[in-house]
Amino acid sequence: MTAVQIVGLVAVALVGTAVVLTREPARQALVASVYGFALAVLFLAFQAPDVALSQIVVGALALPAMIIYALRKIIRREQVERGER
Amino acid sequence: MSERLRIALFGAGALGFAAVLVWGLGGLPDFGDFAGRYGQYLAHSAVPHRHATSAVAVTTFDFRGVDTLIEEFILFTAAVGVVVLLRVQRASEEVPAEPDTRRQPTAQSGALRSVITAAVGPTLVLGIDIVLHGHLTPGGGFQGGVILMTAFFCVYLAGTHLALGPLRPMGAMEASEGIGAAGFAMIGIGGLVIAGAYLENFLPFGRVGNLISGGVIPLLNIAVGLEVMGALLVVLGEFLDQRLLMRKGKL
Repeated sequence: MTAVQIVGLVAVALVGTAVVLTREPARQALVASVYGFALAVLFLAFQAPDVALSQIVVGALALPAMIIYALRKIIRREQVERGER
Repeated sequence: MSERLRIALFGAGALGFAAVLVWGLGGLPDFGDFAGRYGQYLAHSAVPHRHATSAVAVTTFDFRGVDTLIEEFILFTAAVGVVVLLRVQRASEEVPAEPDTRRQPTAQSGALRSVITAAVGPTLVLGIDIVLHGHLTPGGGFQGGVILMTAFFCVYLAGTHLALGPLRPMGAMEASEGIGAAGFAMIGIGGLVIAGAYLENFLPFGRVGNLISGGVIPLLNIAVGLEVMGALLVVLGEFLDQRLLMRKGKL
């Protein structure tokens, strides 16, 4: 096992724990994005560039973005219900 | 149930789970020591049989093409579902995506806008490159499609909005999503008609390493790229509110 692979595994373990420990949803989406990127680095270190590319686009970009948009929609609805148009 | 009993129950379960997990992980083959027959066969037949250098692309688009077709339709139905839900919601309650007072270009800083606008072209080229070289190098329709989506999204982030003149962006993206999904299925039917089996290759394989090689795999990559780009942009557009995306004339 090379040093890059070990660093990747440790990073994934650390950032994964950080995702669980983050309580605020919007912040959690951003930490999850970092986690997705760490996973992509790990896949690249384990010689799977195809999976790494998919991981970057899905785990680091698309999923956190969708969570953020959904959160924004919920917050907007609450604002409107309180009468702020 | 008392707290102590609950913790004891969880502890027993966690210990049992950990034991089984460690036992299972211990039995895994070492890294790079895979001995499955199917995997060996796929890895060895990609270049001689399909003339495509990316074994992953050959597996996903040729040997396991139907899997990819279904995967593509999972994304298609998911995107359509999200769009329908958001449109029904918007029709029943008039909630603008942003307060009227804040309806200003997305990025206020001139430097930020210039940098993002400058990134649009290179991102577009990178996306097309990843899609077209899917059968030669890592990448392909799924990955390239998302990069293409990012290029269009940069236009929005730069505050210019996705109003591309007479070409209505949402209509074009819906068409791109549909054409991509249908294109994959139609290429499969082409195989059924010409070569005798669904998704069977019916084009010449070409020379190994050329851009035009690998039979129908590049065409399937382009179909998936169009589908992924369209689906994600339609969903994004719905989330960000179409009116927000298309109000260029009103400002």
